Formats: sequence, structure tokens, C-alpha cells
Amino acid sequence: MNAALLIDSSYFLAAFLFIYGLKRMSSPLTARSGIVVAGWGMVLAVLASFLYTLDVNEAAKPHLNTNIALALIALAFGLGWAWRSGKKVAMTEMPQMVALYNGMGGGAAAAIAAIELIGYKTHGTVSLSLAVLGGLIGAIALSGSLIAWAKLDGRINGTLRFSALQLVNGSLLLVLLSIGAYIIWHGGSVAWPVFAVFFALALIYGVMMTMPIGGADMPVVISLYNAFTGLAVGFEGYVLNNPALMIAGMVVGSAGSLLTLLMAKAMNRSVANVLFSNFGATSDEAEGEIAGSQKPIDAGDAGINMRYASKVIIAPGYGLAVAQAQHKLFELVKLLQEADVEVKFAIHPVAGRMPGHMNVLLAEAGVPYDIIYDMEDINDEFKDADVVIVIGANDTVNPAARTNKSSPIYGMPVLNVDMAKQVYVVKRGQGKGYSGVENALFYADNTQMVYGDAQKVMVSMIQAIKSLGGGH
Amino acid sequence: MDYTTTILTGFVALYIFMLAAFTGFEIIGRVPAILHTPLMSGSNFIHGIVVVGALWALLNASSLPEQIIGFLGVLLGAGNAAGGYVVTERMLQMFKPSTKTPKE
Repeated sequence: MNAALLIDSSYFLAAFLFIYGLKRMSSPLTARSGIVVAGWGMVLAVLASFLYTLDVNEAAKPHLNTNIALALIALAFGLGWAWRSGKKVAMTEMPQMVALYNGMGGGAAAAIAAIELIGYKTHGTVSLSLAVLGGLIGAIALSGSLIAWAKLDGRINGTLRFSALQLVNGSLLLVLLSIGAYIIWHGGSVAWPVFAVFFALALIYGVMMTMPIGGADMPVVISLYNAFTGLAVGFEGYVLNNPALMIAGMVVGSAGSLLTLLMAKAMNRSVANVLFSNFGATSDEAEGEIAGSQKPIDAGDAGINMRYASKVIIAPGYGLAVAQAQHKLFELVKLLQEADVEVKFAIHPVAGRMPGHMNVLLAEAGVPYDIIYDMEDINDEFKDADVVIVIGANDTVNPAARTNKSSPIYGMPVLNVDMAKQVYVVKRGQGKGYSGVENALFYADNTQMVYGDAQKVMVSMIQAIKSLGGGH
Repeated sequence: MDYTTTILTGFVALYIFMLAAFTGFEIIGRVPAILHTPLMSGSNFIHGIVVVGALWALLNASSLPEQIIGFLGVLLGAGNAAGGYVVTERMLQMFKPSTKTPKE
């Protein structure tokens, strides 16, 4: 039996299953089966890879048994750890987990490049260039994703910023590209310390590039690194003459790039702006004072008013998930629906920590996806709503983004909640949002504040509505 | 049977890259925002295929440094693939329509 034929046909089938799986993942109805289809592609490709053992390099033959043992151990540990951590992680922590797994992929691509380079196995300018470039991008994705993970996980709180930072980073990138060019120019035959310095600097660059970026922008960065890893994998696929890596890597590279652009657009920022401008560092003085005061209301009263409304729109934010109030919220929604109140959810594209993250969190609580609306589909409906309730959201509902040119978030599309007849804002205290911007909505005439932990507020609202009795 | 692996080089490789890039672009371009997070996670899983490349590199390693780096590569790649799969599957499992079936 011809092993090469078997390997190649397995990869062909795997590439097909990946694309077909991704396609199915792009609709809510078939998404679940999509990931399963792609999963089978992965199993097939990994199993087929063990056929490599039948035909390894002359130099590697004496080490074959050791290498197989190492491969099995590495597979078992990597798989076992990731499987367990993936099963355990809470839905709110999903973004940092995706960042972590993505960084690992980037690291694997960099490792392939490192082996090819230190073993002097790559020949030809194109192969060598792609090996170097893939290694560079992969290493940046690895250390950058780790920083993104640490930041979202609350392990790193500060942001590293100094005035010359962009200059330092620019020089660092220039040095990296020069070393890369040097390696390519010498056909890859340079002493190993050059490679070591190259990869070490690439890792440092990933850290330096990510450190100045604030938590609110992290989703865009994760998505960007996801695209980076895809590209790195595609390039290393060329070096290894492996079409499965080339296709899967490039599909993810382009899909990830588009997703990054979509996310940045939803925040009304360019990707360059996210990467190179120190968002969140702006001072408060630029904003000016907001007139008016915050008017508190009792949770129970707010609940009863919602019960007698005919249309209620809910604008949830990450604070909802932090308070673990999704389930109680859905209970409240069901009560309102029984009282013939029309209830809809309005989701800002960057609600949660990633686009679509809020949808995942609501889905976890059992909220059906057909009462959940994207911003552009529901923004015209706020003026017809009797009550809008904002839970744990802040910047995404700030009308200053439409009106106040001096606001740091000016121009960002926001939910037009302030146009509703009555707005309730459920909020822990009088603090500012994730980006540190003061919110004009809280001071508006038609806004009342419900202070407290979101979950407790939901419970009070539910109790107040239930105490009215079942009369319709 | 007489079969040898085709070396994908030059324009053949370029064609593969181009078509794959368009495929990724087309698939994501039509996705509703509610699926962006699972899809990012799903594409994250798919580049876990890098584990296959790392396996090849490790199996062909002929020195200690290569074995160490290869080991790390397979470890990381396996983590990417398995972790990506588990979290994506968990997320997608939760998406359910309401009692009445939605009309798309």
C-alpha cells in the first residue's frame, strides 16, 4: 500500500471537511453539526500523519522510536489538558480561552519554522522566506495572545504606555525584518544564535505590541492574532508541502482578517487605531460636565412598570454576565411575556468581550435566539418602546457617542436606548464604563437608575411582578 | 501502485492560497453577528491542523534541540485543536430557537 497516497487523500478529505464544516457553522440552524464535521476532519488528518513514520528522513531513522514516543506523549498531554480546561471554563471567560488556544497554535507554527531553520532543512528563497515569515508571525501570535489572555483574565491589569513606545516597537520590527532578510539572504545557513535571537525578539515584539492595548479593544486584537496564526500555519504548510495546512491556514487567515475588520468597524475604529492609539488614556477634562443628576428608583417599582408596558427592550452588557444574572433575567422575560408584554433583546456588536459573546451568554441561559436582535435591526424601534432596561452595559448605550464631539467614544455606533419613553439602568454603583468614559444617559430626564447587583435586582423585579397576582 | 506526492510550488501554491483566501472571505462575509464568537472560535479550531505539521517535524527530528522544539510544537498544536473544538462545540450546543420554529 502506498502511504503517500493514503496521506494525501486523507488531507484532501480533511480540507473538504474543514470548509464544509465552517460553511455549516455560519448558520445557527446547522452550526452544531458544522463543528462536528470539522472535528472529524481533524481526527482523520492526525491519524493519517502517523503514516509519516513509514517514510522519515535518513537522519531521523535512528531516532524514530523516541520521536514516536515523544509525539504520543505530547499529543496526550496537549489534548488532555485542553479538553479538560475547555470543558471547565465558564462562558464568561470564553474570550481569554480562545486567545490562549490561539496562542498555542501560533506557537506550534513557530516551532515548525524553528525546526526547519535550525535543521537547515529548507531550501529555495520562497520556502525560506515563508518559513521565516511564518515563524515571525506565529511567535508574535503566541506571545501576543498570551498577553491578551492574561489581560482578559485579570492577571495583568495595567497597560504599558510611554511616549516613545511606538518608536521602540517600530525599531524592534525593523530589526526583526532585517534579521529575517539576513537569514534569507544567506540561504538559511547562518549560525544558530541568529535564529535564537530572531525568535526571542519576535516573542518580545508580540508582548510589546499587546501591552499598550486596553481591555476594551482586546476582542479585535484576539481576532487579529487568530488571523495571524492562520497565516503562519498556511505559510508553514507551504514549507512542509502540506496542502491541508496551506488551505486551512489561509481560509482562517482571510476569514480572521475579515472578522477583525468587521469588529473594528462595529466599534467605529480602524484596526490601526486599535493597535497604535492609546485608547482609554484620554483624560476626563476633554468631556466637560454633564448637567443633571442621577435619579434612583426601586427595583420592584421598575419591575411593575415593565409589567404594564406593552413593549420592553432589554439592552444587556457584560455586567449582566459578571453578575451571573442571565438566568434570572430570562425568568423575568418569561413573566413579562405571560403578561402579554412584547420583549426583545438588543445586542450591541461589541456587547460582552467579543462580538457575539453576549448572544452566547444569553443562549446559555436558554433565551431563544429569535427574540435577540442585532443593533442595526432594532435601533429604530427604541422610540416605540415603553421601557428600555439597560443591564450592565455602559459605553454601548452612551448617547454622547452620537452628540458629543469631544467624547473619546464619539462616532462609535450605539444603541439608541435614550429615545425610549422610559429607561431603567441597572447598575452596581455610580462608576464609569470599561473605557472610563462618563455616560450622559444616566443623567437624562427619562432615565432612572436601579442600583444594585444585577441578580438581586432581577429577583426583586420578579417578586414584585409575582406579588401582583396572575391577573392579566 | 505508482504514486508520489505532488510538490506544490510556484503558481500551483499561489492558486491554492488565493482560492482558500476567497473561501474564507465568502464564508465569514455572510455570517450573522450572533455567530461571530463561535465562528472565531471555530476558525481557531481549524488552524489547529498545525498539529499535523508539528507531528511531521517531530517525527523527522534528528537532534535533541529539534526533538525538544518538535515536542513543544505537537503539545501546543494538540492543545489548539482540542481546546478549540471543545469550546466551540460547547457554545454552539446552546443555540436554540424558541418553541415556535423560526422562519429564515
